[in-house]
Amino acid sequence: MSSQPHSLAHEDAHEAHHGHSHGHEAGHGSLRSYMVGFALSVVLTAIPFALVMSGALDSKMATAVVVMGLGAIQIVVHMIFFLHMNQRSEGGWTMMALIFTLIIVGIALAGSLWVMHHLNVNMMPMTHEMMKNMP
Amino acid sequence: MTNATQTEAPQFYLEEEHHPEGSTMLGFWIYLMSDCLIFAVLFATHGVLGRNYAAGPSPADLFDLSLVAINTAMLLLSSITYGFAMLQMERNAKMETIFWLGVTAVFGLAFLSLELYEFYHLIQEGAGPTRSAFLSSFFTLVGTHGLHVTFGIIWIVTMMVQVRMHGLIPENRRRLMCLSMFWHFLDVIWIGVFSFVYLIGVIG
Repeated sequence: MSSQPHSLAHEDAHEAHHGHSHGHEAGHGSLRSYMVGFALSVVLTAIPFALVMSGALDSKMATAVVVMGLGAIQIVVHMIFFLHMNQRSEGGWTMMALIFTLIIVGIALAGSLWVMHHLNVNMMPMTHEMMKNMP
Repeated sequence: MTNATQTEAPQFYLEEEHHPEGSTMLGFWIYLMSDCLIFAVLFATHGVLGRNYAAGPSPADLFDLSLVAINTAMLLLSSITYGFAMLQMERNAKMETIFWLGVTAVFGLAFLSLELYEFYHLIQEGAGPTRSAFLSSFFTLVGTHGLHVTFGIIWIVTMMVQVRMHGLIPENRRRLMCLSMFWHFLDVIWIGVFSFVYLIGVIG
């Protein structure tokens, strides 16, 4: 992080050199980083769509794992190349907020699926007679 | 560290906004994280209810994956064109920034139109949100994302007018950076939607 004096001269010089990243702002991307991110995204989107639409993998489980895995990788790619996430922006607080959110999201997702799955499994089995009396 | 430099040069505050730019970006990021929690809960709901078809149609019967692929391409293209707008903003090129914001809005509108077409088509087929738990959670999740995109487009048009009227002043730069985070964030959520809802749904 470059510690520049915040003077009026600095504001004038702002336009003169964009090349370096300012310490207090979230880093902007360059054209190159946007294009790299875009190319990666296109590939990471095309592969799962192609896999599902062509049915190339015989195993449904394997296809699902690949789709979710590539989705997770693409989210990281977007975070880095489009949202310019790094450990230094805002003194690390954006990363802290992100990690905290991911933990909560993980608990909410895994917890809901786990609890509801077990609820389903432990439901009283339905007999044929009960099925007929369903609304 | 920043506190020390700011007390040395208090005139910085007279020239800038009332608060340092950094806190706005962090605050907006925390808003996005809270939005992320909303979507996480909707994803969890869909994860729980997504297989409850109530003897109705399943994702494999309903979803047209080529339409979803085109939709995804629209949103991805809008993301990169917003990136171009940000690059033009850094170059201080006012008209180019407005142009790329306009392109982004058009891609966003294309995305929204395709999604509304899909919704209309589903409801016409009798697969509306009231048909089954799966469709209720599907419409809630994808609809909430669509609503975010709608407001994103309204924001983009607002910023086009603002930049046109006032130029690339620090306030507008700050707003454009917040909008940039918002727009890219919506694309990140869409990755979850097309992977988890559409592709996994069709696999079954």
